[in-house]
Amino acid sequence: MKGWIAATAMVLTFAVGASAQNAQIDSEKEIERYRAMINDPMANPGYLAVDRGEQLWSLARGTKNVSLETCDLGEGPGKLEGAYAKLPRYFADSDRVMDLEQRLLWCMDKVQGLDTKDVVARRFGAPGRESDMEGLVAFIANKSNGMKYEPQLSHPKEKEMLAAGEALFVRRAGQLDFSCSTCHAVPGARIRLQGLPDFSKPTKDARETMGSWPTYRVSQSQTRTMQHRLWDCYRQMRHPVPEYASDGITALSVYMAKMAEGGEINVPSIKR
Amino acid sequence: MKTLLTTLTGLAAIAILAFTSPTQAQQPQIDAATVDRYVASLWAKIPEDWKQRNTQDETQKICSVTNNQPTDAQAKAITARELAAVKFPADGKMIGDWKKGQQVAQRGSGGQFSDQADTYRGGNCYACHQLSRQELSYGTLGPSLLEYGKMKDFKPEEAKAAFAKIYNAQSQLACSTMPRFGHTGFLTEEQIKDAVAYLFDKDSPVNK
Repeated sequence: MKGWIAATAMVLTFAVGASAQNAQIDSEKEIERYRAMINDPMANPGYLAVDRGEQLWSLARGTKNVSLETCDLGEGPGKLEGAYAKLPRYFADSDRVMDLEQRLLWCMDKVQGLDTKDVVARRFGAPGRESDMEGLVAFIANKSNGMKYEPQLSHPKEKEMLAAGEALFVRRAGQLDFSCSTCHAVPGARIRLQGLPDFSKPTKDARETMGSWPTYRVSQSQTRTMQHRLWDCYRQMRHPVPEYASDGITALSVYMAKMAEGGEINVPSIKR
Repeated sequence: MKTLLTTLTGLAAIAILAFTSPTQAQQPQIDAATVDRYVASLWAKIPEDWKQRNTQDETQKICSVTNNQPTDAQAKAITARELAAVKFPADGKMIGDWKKGQQVAQRGSGGQFSDQADTYRGGNCYACHQLSRQELSYGTLGPSLLEYGKMKDFKPEEAKAAFAKIYNAQSQLACSTMPRFGHTGFLTEEQIKDAVAYLFDKDSPVNK
């Protein structure tokens, strides 16, 4: 009798568990429907950032009063198609591995003779403060649409970046002991109702995430790049403000691009 | 019945997966000095108090380089060290006010670089745990704590264990991914007692 009661209780417990799971699947379907609804390129304000980036790319400025059109993003001077899919990568002229933001700042300095202080101050757009960087990154990343992430790892410095990025991904610190992997290494987990992409190994999550940034964030009314997403992650991790366009961020980007290898780029996307 | 059994097995597997520390990423093949150089580049221009707050302690260092998979000897050293550092309430009372505990469980503010120094600090338990039936917006990084007190028969020694767990999760499990809320001073002793009450008070929604 006792055994029977225990068995019934167990069955009931798991029946409740299964219906909770169904409810979760339903709400995930709803979220997916919402995503599809807002992911309409014709209605995506992220393309305004792309247009702004295009203008900035050909705008003559700096002490040399030239545009960025001779800037080499890795595929040759001025060649934009597919450049984003292979970044970050090693650049012989600077003897450094650079992500797109670092490279753009380097080109502004070296090609245009532009003082980048103001550009960096406006790195993240806000109402009444447009970001050149968010525009340029959206414009350039968009030129890799339909292409797949091809992380560049032949140079020793690229390999070092990947290892450093992986170490940073699992590095726990701060008042809450958090690392990136606290949230992004558990398949299918969520924080509150927000799904968490798993970046602990090459995953569909990683490919879809990296393939959809930069993105227009409806909640922020801004086009955001992965630099901003990482800045926001570190904020939520209770870590200090991460330095914009630093080697640490680039190392993480190399690691994330490796986890997203083969992921198709379609940007700017639109997200909550 | 077969379907139910399959679901059952599946759920058990999910439960086991969910409670295991992440093991997927390989241990990085890179020397500590090189990593430190990258870390320094990330936090190059931060104020002194943030620098101190973000300097790793021994436990964080070991959990980082082993990707939360310490050796048995390392794990023993961690739990011993962390348990010794738990400060239990002087009056021996582990259970505070469950209503305030609900606030601790719900709120996730405080301690971010966008917060003020006096911003309320919450435990944000719901970010990772299910706690009551009413709150449907809960995360799944940690196990469900639904009916936690009831499950533990409201035993005083279990409430004390819960206090220790929230104060310093690694006093019980080395490299647990749960924050050490009391140890790092993120939550006050009173807040932790209130959170324990949220788990152990018979009137708390957790046990309804």
